[in-house]
Amino acid sequence: MKKISAVILALVLAMVFACPVFAEGVMTYADYVAAELDAEITVETYIQAKQGWWENNGVGVATFYTQNEEGAYFLYNMPCSQEEFELLTVGTKIRVTGYKAEWAGEVELVDATYEIIEGEYIAEALDVTALLGTEELINYQNQFVAFKGMTVEDAGNGAAFMYNWDGSGQDGNDLYFNVSVNGATYTFTVESYLCGAGTEVYEAVKALKIGDVIDMEGFLYWYEGVNPHITAVAPAVIEAAE
Amino acid sequence: MRKYACLLLALLTLAMSLTGCHGVNEKKPFVVPETFDETKTYEISFWAKNDTNKTQTEIYEKAISDFEKLYPNVKVNLKLYNDYGKIYNDVITNITTDSTPNVCITYPDHIATYMASDNCVVQLDQLLVNEKYGLGGSEVRFDAPKTSEIVPKFLSECMIEGNYYALPFMRSTEAVYVNKTLLEKLGYTLPETLTWDFVWEVSEKAAIKDENGIYLANGQKAMIPFIYKSTDNMMIQLLKQMNAPYSSEDGSILIFNDTTRDVLLEIADHVRTDAFSTFTRSSYPANHLNAGRCVFAVDSTAGATWMGSHAPLSDIPPEDFVEFETVVYPVPQVNPDEPYMISQGPSVCVFNKDDPNEVLASWLFTQFLLTNEVQLAYSATEGYVPVTLKAQETDEYRDYLSRAGEDDNYYYDIKINAAKILLDNLEHTFVTPVFNGSASLRNTAGQLIETVVKNVKRKKVVNEETIPQIYDEMIAMYRLNMDKGGPLPKTAVLLLSGIALVWVLIGLYAGINFLYTKRKAK
Repeated sequence: MKKISAVILALVLAMVFACPVFAEGVMTYADYVAAELDAEITVETYIQAKQGWWENNGVGVATFYTQNEEGAYFLYNMPCSQEEFELLTVGTKIRVTGYKAEWAGEVELVDATYEIIEGEYIAEALDVTALLGTEELINYQNQFVAFKGMTVEDAGNGAAFMYNWDGSGQDGNDLYFNVSVNGATYTFTVESYLCGAGTEVYEAVKALKIGDVIDMEGFLYWYEGVNPHITAVAPAVIEAAE
Repeated sequence: MRKYACLLLALLTLAMSLTGCHGVNEKKPFVVPETFDETKTYEISFWAKNDTNKTQTEIYEKAISDFEKLYPNVKVNLKLYNDYGKIYNDVITNITTDSTPNVCITYPDHIATYMASDNCVVQLDQLLVNEKYGLGGSEVRFDAPKTSEIVPKFLSECMIEGNYYALPFMRSTEAVYVNKTLLEKLGYTLPETLTWDFVWEVSEKAAIKDENGIYLANGQKAMIPFIYKSTDNMMIQLLKQMNAPYSSEDGSILIFNDTTRDVLLEIADHVRTDAFSTFTRSSYPANHLNAGRCVFAVDSTAGATWMGSHAPLSDIPPEDFVEFETVVYPVPQVNPDEPYMISQGPSVCVFNKDDPNEVLASWLFTQFLLTNEVQLAYSATEGYVPVTLKAQETDEYRDYLSRAGEDDNYYYDIKINAAKILLDNLEHTFVTPVFNGSASLRNTAGQLIETVVKNVKRKKVVNEETIPQIYDEMIAMYRLNMDKGGPLPKTAVLLLSGIALVWVLIGLYAGINFLYTKRKAK
């Protein structure tokens, strides 16, 4: 009996420590998902990546990909000074208050304010390759994810990528490329405000050839369907048969 | 004493490096050279905007290639943007470092801010009429239009403080793209002129849901009966149609008035019932229209190729398209007998440089953008209208207009019909006064609507008492100078502060140097 009690106690303690503890008024990811659009939201989350800082009508803003142990939050055009932007490095914990919004399928926090708090967390990329094309995929929206063993297809111009969605851009603009797995093809993007010309991933995608088999990492962004923002590309690692 | 002088010199150098060319490297007004120097090569940069449209990019590239063949000593480097706002921000940044482009697609509102830096933008009056290099001048190597062959109204839109600072490149207006099938299903017939009253009435009916949250009109769970892309245009046109003040020619800001309040309160009512939304809140109107989730979608005529169930361009998956009949109308009117609609579209300005021949090369390229070949090709990429009568009166253009609907691409009927709206309503178009700060005022006009939409959705009180609070927020947010002259953007303030600092330091240096020399002479 003592042994059983000890196991139960250990399990309870493990669960307590495994679940993140939030301050009063801070929502869990489940609360956030359940909240209606336009609801005021407060969450504690960690910076995972950021797009470039810019001035919108004289107010400095930047867009952040953030995630905690439960789920991810996309902070669109959050006001911050350029100095504050530099402090918001990958892993930094912030408490954010904003409004839940949806734009072309992408659920995000807008008009947000934040404060830096103690803590650090950098998410591991979650392999969601098997979820592509399923309704379950959206549950991981905005998370840092991985795609394994996908084949580069014709981007629509006879090459492996295009500048902008239709080839109307030039070097420095977003890169669009098609990759397939299990007979279905998906369009992925290198978002130039996140990883612009000269970054490793930008140059790696420009070097892709149709037929290459690649592994990728990035953020599970949404625009009228899944549209991942890719941050790393590498030749697929073929796991040796045992 | 020498130490102080050295210190001041160092400070001066630092200030100069921080402020770039301005103040110290002030540009002299451009004077047209007697002859274009073809013994030297000129590399000019052209910052262009396209509507994320590959054909437009190809037209720019072909124009550059054709121009370079005519002027082998000129090389044009193209930099592409998808957004006027981004061009504006980049130009402002580059003014401070004296690295502006040579030629730039822009809006007159933006040029007014660039002009805060003296002689930064070339005044074109003398160039327009120059016998050799002016529009259609004797030394111009291509068939350029003469000044009289530019649509006078479009050219006049490029006049700031009595002088020309740009040439029009393309013109468009806004249009309502109507899902006629859905509208008739709701029991309505399209009138000759769409009025705001009619649009609101139909939209309210289209917003009715059944007990399961399904919209009766389209049988879907999603519906935005009326969606507007550019809310700044929405407010500006409504005020014009209601003969209400917005701004004056001398830069007075008049938007915060009772008519604006009434407009905002009416919009708030339709947001409460989910009859109305905006691009900022709900994404591209085309995406909702084409999926059968919208009755009235207002967007630029320059976005016509995205609109309709047969649109050649689209962001939504093919399976989301719904078959319906699309009809294009001018924007809703308050009074059908006195219609007003905005005139908009890209203009081109030339930036001043130290070498007048470099500016002349830029001007020649700018002029080349007005040739028939460029005008006709570019206007056909969207619901644009060529800005020259010379192009509009060609058989080629008349033929193009007459063939609407022959296919869903080059002759896409929605695109051609959208262009015809502007051609048929030229006398009903208008632009707002341009002054330093007019760009911020335009943003304010849109933000008033966006704030009301947001506040209603966030269950904040929007009524007669709270509208003045929104006015105050906007005045603070956009730093609007309510006395006169409009706001000065932060970048412009920085620029002017830099110039002032340099002059103060120059004065100090000169003064101390004078005293030092005088003392030494004793």
